[in-house]
Amino acid sequence: MTATVYLPCDSSVRSLGADAVAKAIVGEAQRRGLSVEMRRTGSRGLYWLEPMIEVRADGTVTQRQDLPSPPVVQPRGRRVAYGPVAPSDVTKLFDCDFLNGGNHPLALGAPEEIPYLKGQERLTFARIGLTDPVSVDDYVEHGGYRGLLHALAIAPEQIVEEITVSGLRGRGGAGFPAGIKWRTTLQTNAPQKYVVANADEGDSGTFADRMIMEGDPFVLIEGMTIAAIAVGATQGYIYLRSEYPDSLRALEAAINAATAKGYLGENICGTGKQFTVEVRLGAGAYICGEETAMLESLEGKRGMVRFKPPVPAISGLFGRPSVINNVVTLASVPIILERGGAFYKDFGLGRSRGTVPIQLAGNVKRPGLIEKAFGITLREIIYEYGGGTASGRPLRAVQVGGPLGAYFPESLLDLPFDYEAIAAEGGILGHGGIVVFDDTVDLARQARYAMEFCALESCGKCTPCRIGSTRGMEVIDRMLAAGNGEKAAELELLRDLCDTMTAGSLCALGGLTPLPVVSALKYFPHDFGLEADKT
Amino acid sequence: MSHQHSWDRAVVESIAHAFKDKPGALMPILRRIQDELGWVPHDSVPVLAEILNLTRAEVHGVLSFYHDFRHEPPGRNVVRVCRAESCQAMGGVALAEHVKHRLGCEFGATSSDGAFTLEPVYCLGNCACSPALVINGELFGRVTPERFDAVLAALDEVSQ
Repeated sequence: MTATVYLPCDSSVRSLGADAVAKAIVGEAQRRGLSVEMRRTGSRGLYWLEPMIEVRADGTVTQRQDLPSPPVVQPRGRRVAYGPVAPSDVTKLFDCDFLNGGNHPLALGAPEEIPYLKGQERLTFARIGLTDPVSVDDYVEHGGYRGLLHALAIAPEQIVEEITVSGLRGRGGAGFPAGIKWRTTLQTNAPQKYVVANADEGDSGTFADRMIMEGDPFVLIEGMTIAAIAVGATQGYIYLRSEYPDSLRALEAAINAATAKGYLGENICGTGKQFTVEVRLGAGAYICGEETAMLESLEGKRGMVRFKPPVPAISGLFGRPSVINNVVTLASVPIILERGGAFYKDFGLGRSRGTVPIQLAGNVKRPGLIEKAFGITLREIIYEYGGGTASGRPLRAVQVGGPLGAYFPESLLDLPFDYEAIAAEGGILGHGGIVVFDDTVDLARQARYAMEFCALESCGKCTPCRIGSTRGMEVIDRMLAAGNGEKAAELELLRDLCDTMTAGSLCALGGLTPLPVVSALKYFPHDFGLEADKT
Repeated sequence: MSHQHSWDRAVVESIAHAFKDKPGALMPILRRIQDELGWVPHDSVPVLAEILNLTRAEVHGVLSFYHDFRHEPPGRNVVRVCRAESCQAMGGVALAEHVKHRLGCEFGATSSDGAFTLEPVYCLGNCACSPALVINGELFGRVTPERFDAVLAALDEVSQ
């Protein structure tokens, strides 16, 4: 009998020593003469439990009578999890008969029953952690490519209609309705159209794109293929940040596998339709996550933001109509085509429909990926899922939506996670990242960092962003150094500068950098040496 | 023209010829040059301009825009430390100071013995396991100063 052991090959889990754990398990099994098949999967996203192994025993593997405690009886074929596992735990795990679900201090029971996972609504991330990321057969066995087969059977207008009905909005940060983009490209005549996946996931605190590309790359490729068939594109690009080498390997293996099985290439599923995908690497420029800077970079140029109009849906890559969507947006497309737009729309509330992968990071006890319908509050996310701060100190601030997002105080944690609710409080939902800070954080330093980051990453095309960010750092420095009576003038200057950047910048980098600055001033004036009523 | 560092012109030419017909070829070409040589020599600019039918200014503009491209050869080991918010929230600032002290160089510099180049990076997507850094292409999460020292010690053994 062979036991199957599952262990993530996700780069985050590898950064915690997963490869050494895999080696230790295989080595120990050999020493004991046991048959173990090691399968690498994506991560379930319960990162505080990683490296988390899962075991599925297909019968009795060992016949031990001297177990320290009775084995946890698992129905045949079900998985049982253990974590976080270090290589030094492996001998003891074998002693406890973990291959048959034996008890051990690291035993977690059935992974699906862990409350963090059980409370989620996994649509886009449904397969991650279950399948071999680069096996087409595994993908199809777990429901993959049903959306594409449906899309191939209906008219392009109907595909776009399903996306429109679903209410799917761009998950990259801008929140623009995907159906409108697709319809615009569909209705624009051109000899060549493109589908571009924006995989330049540069926001600190976010890793959803990475988890998809490493854990279930086919769902992105299928989403791109559906988009291509809907709008009449034949070439796709994935613009991938260079910081994700494991994603590159997984995507290229998946593209080759999908091509070999006829899901990509000259004759998709025998329909005569054509679509090919190529991965292109960025080179460490945050601004290339802005869609027009990304297009410039794909064309082999400096990543300078373009003026709009024309919108890329009409004149995009190489001047051709291009559908540009974030990885999560495209990865949400297959289930919409499989289950229908109305099914997807039933999740969420108001104008925020469907599910959102919330990425919980920073100083939090249980960081990870939480896919939920829109509407869960920040407090539920941070305390019920996250368990509060990792340091055990009081929570002081959370930054929602990446480096361009606002810093919120504890008193605003009852905000629902929803595009409009967060915007109403002067923030952005962004790509869905939340970074938690305890009471050791200095918000004046964080505000200065926001300006510094903008100065580092500005493309330089517009003056408010290029010059304003450097002047912003300087004025914050002066304000912090000034005596009590002299801060007011610097504060006025900083507010003026923030207004100019907000109103006068060409894109979201310069336009949103004031959000972390202004929110820090508003909610944490003492960190700047200011009294609350003067701000 | 002075040549501070020698570089292999033939490598640059062969990469440029292999990729030049791709749409938007310059980025993949620069990436491949850096993968092969560890940096992109400035003297490759006119070579690339000639082969790609671009101006030198265009090639230089792209080369100088992107943080990834190195303008000098790196040290024998490259350490990249994440300096973004999630890592800041988990002791990343103190870790960065420790790394600078241990390697004996600032960000963007190479230690005087040529052993280490230290580079800043703004997010490695390892935010659920902050703080994070990369040593010679290998990603590490939940890094403490002690863990960094242990990895460094293991490197020294390999290189000796």
